[in-house]
Amino acid sequence: MLHTVNKSPYEKNSVDTCLRMAKPGSDVLLIEDAVYAAIAGSKLEDEMRKAGAQLKLYALGPDLKTRGIAEDSLIDGIQVVGYDGFVELAAKNECVQSWL
Amino acid sequence: MKFGILVNEGPYQHQASDTAYQFVKAALDQGHEIVRVFFYHDGVNNGTRLTTPPQDDRNIVNRWSELAKEHELDMVVCVAAAQRRGIVDADEAKRHGKDADNIADGFRISGLGQLIEAGIKADRMMIFGD
Repeated sequence: MLHTVNKSPYEKNSVDTCLRMAKPGSDVLLIEDAVYAAIAGSKLEDEMRKAGAQLKLYALGPDLKTRGIAEDSLIDGIQVVGYDGFVELAAKNECVQSWL
Repeated sequence: MKFGILVNEGPYQHQASDTAYQFVKAALDQGHEIVRVFFYHDGVNNGTRLTTPPQDDRNIVNRWSELAKEHELDMVVCVAAAQRRGIVDADEAKRHGKDADNIADGFRISGLGQLIEAGIKADRMMIFGD
């Protein structure tokens, strides 16, 4: 299953809820303001790393770039994908859950 | 693969419409089919041809219209959400006694049944909103 989250973790708790609810082995794609959750050295890093052991975490590259977040400043293990990768993830997974 | 697209937010207010557009473009580039793009809630504001953004900004409405023309996309605006927000085509303008219509090229006004049908026909339903 693919989960997409689009809220900043500093504004809403959808990233946290998604990480807690997603079943192990799921793909989680951070888009729009949710890409802020991917930055290393934040108070979220521990939670993200723990989640990353069970889930596959992705961040949308164009949304990182728009917000001035360098790809080398991300938490290890978070894979950056473009819109083509977003489509591939949606096609690969049978269900898509948008955490709005 | 067949994708259905739901857009729940208006242009320039939230990134949802931009993300949906880029997703649709990437999906078409990969040879996937877009069953329908359904605009609901404030998303209906993507369907007015009267927007005039500054020249150095993207024209979100025209961008959808051009993509629809190029790929024969079915872009549907929810009728009840549209009535509330003043998005009207010629038929709706006549029915409600309005002096003009404003629906943009490539958009059509219809009901929620079109969203349900898209959900049934599509392999994946992608939701973009706030």
